[in-house]
Amino acid sequence: MTVNTPLLSVSALSKHFPPVAFGRGPVVRAVEDVSFDVPHGQVVGLVGESGSGKTTIARMAAQLVAPTSGRIIFDGLDTARASRAERRRLHARIQYIFQDPFASLSPRMTIGQILTEGLDIQRIGTANERREKARSVLASVDLPPDALDRYAHEFSGGQRQRIGIARALALEPEMIVADEPVSALDVSIQAQIINLLRELQIRLNLTMLFIAHDLAVVEYIADTVIVLYLGRIMEKAPARQLYSAPQHPYTRALLSSVPSPDPTRRANRQILTGDIPSPANPPSGCVFRTRCPVAIDACAGIVPPLREVAPGHFKACIRDDLDGLMVQGAVR
Amino acid sequence: MATLSPTMSAHPARGPIRRAVERFLSNIPAVVGLVVTLIIIGMSLTYQWWWIYSPNDIDLRAINQGPSVSHWMGSDGVGRDVMARLMQGGRISLLVAVVSMFISMFIGFIFGAVAGFSGRLVDGAAMRLVDLAMTLPPVIFLLVLASIAGTGVMPTILVISLLSWPVLARMVRARFLELRERDFVVAARGMGASLPHLLLRHGIPNCIDILVVYATLQIAAGILLEAGLSFLGLGIAPPEASWGNMLNAARSTRVLEAYPWQWMFPGALLVTSVLAINFIGDGLRDAFDPRSDLN
Repeated sequence: MTVNTPLLSVSALSKHFPPVAFGRGPVVRAVEDVSFDVPHGQVVGLVGESGSGKTTIARMAAQLVAPTSGRIIFDGLDTARASRAERRRLHARIQYIFQDPFASLSPRMTIGQILTEGLDIQRIGTANERREKARSVLASVDLPPDALDRYAHEFSGGQRQRIGIARALALEPEMIVADEPVSALDVSIQAQIINLLRELQIRLNLTMLFIAHDLAVVEYIADTVIVLYLGRIMEKAPARQLYSAPQHPYTRALLSSVPSPDPTRRANRQILTGDIPSPANPPSGCVFRTRCPVAIDACAGIVPPLREVAPGHFKACIRDDLDGLMVQGAVR
Repeated sequence: MATLSPTMSAHPARGPIRRAVERFLSNIPAVVGLVVTLIIIGMSLTYQWWWIYSPNDIDLRAINQGPSVSHWMGSDGVGRDVMARLMQGGRISLLVAVVSMFISMFIGFIFGAVAGFSGRLVDGAAMRLVDLAMTLPPVIFLLVLASIAGTGVMPTILVISLLSWPVLARMVRARFLELRERDFVVAARGMGASLPHLLLRHGIPNCIDILVVYATLQIAAGILLEAGLSFLGLGIAPPEASWGNMLNAARSTRVLEAYPWQWMFPGALLVTSVLAINFIGDGLRDAFDPRSDLN
């Protein structure tokens, strides 16, 4: 394993969705000029509100959606130029975990069929070996082996999500893209699933792209955190640094919205007003300026580039004097 | 959960198909329809072993005779036994209906599936073709096709098949459009699934309700279409028996008034079997509807 080259490298990635058939409507710019690396064995967290392009990035990374422009390089292979066979292998090497455990499992297949489907598609092993593999991945997500002959509707949300994780593991992927794997679950189950993912990630040395709309969830699992807003990267930093010293006004607002049991902190809430603008009609310049508490006239003029403000810590904001203007988002 | 979670329930899994069968069996009209249909099919298929007359035997002493001990349902204008012809006609009618159902189901499913899973261009082209097939007035289309294809069993099957598939193609396409966006299909694509895999492992199992219901209703429709075509003289040609061409005899006022057994029995059997098969179809539709578990 090469330590220096990242497993997944995304550069200048954009995805524009054309208007619907016959429509003269505007193009939806779901993702705009996003670049990041996911190093071997690390977890990168993508955080943002609904409509910030998280899922689109995840699906592009998992080769489910083709990007409009930009490059996705997986283990030295430019995925856009991959041959048919390479592409087929990619579909096994990168696996996806879905948000909704009720939609992601076929109602007409048994768990055994669901878990062996990938091996089947990739033509790996004999029927017995596949079933054995299904049994072992089921055990690794703490489900009993008699689940193999049951149907998905017989399981609870948390159990279904475990099955979804088991399915992703069955192909022994190098990388897992987890698209909000816990946001459809109860809070008590969320912790179980996060712990399970963390444990599997360490034990199997998985590389992971972990998506969430909740900074608290990502904090526990991610090594690097990327904050997205309207399809653009706002801030990118090692997890600890992002939480202790957020540099972007949006990150600060997000952090201050994380509920805290400490009543003295409630006064410091930085509340954003309004909704995320439409990606079909984004604001000029900095996309966050319409809701930014410290926006100035200059923000409308240019798209702020990602600047390195500390080693490994990037932000897309032209203001450097936030500390005096804004409350420090989280006191940790 | 640090330890293995306990088993959820003592009973083994009941699959969706199994539950549908149980729901079907609790639907009385559907079960009655099934029994009636099975009796009709059974009698048609076995009559040569227990009925003394064969459909084209001519008994010159029994021309236009009413129901009697020897001819239970009477005899027709050339002395053929109506009951034997009825059962032979059932064979032909059911053969035509079942085979044309399979052909139109195959065409309709493939058309709908490919349109639903392909890009906008293929989808658009396929659906315009379906539109075209649907906008043709059915009776005129049938007559034109039948006059080209001629009479007989095979042309009749062909004509009925070509008329029936567009409806199914529409339904299957709609289901596939929905299916394509479902996460478990996206997951299969994410694991590198090919189109045949998607069709066989996800397409058919999730269309089974549409297909089964279509199959039964199409058999009923096929029997009616065959009867209609034969009645007009374009389907099964005499002396071969079919329910339709037996009804054809009723075109003569003399037969209509003086020999009612010659058209009443085929008519009654036609109505009974179509009704019975439709009940089965309705029962299957309810059985496959997942919401019916709620009440």
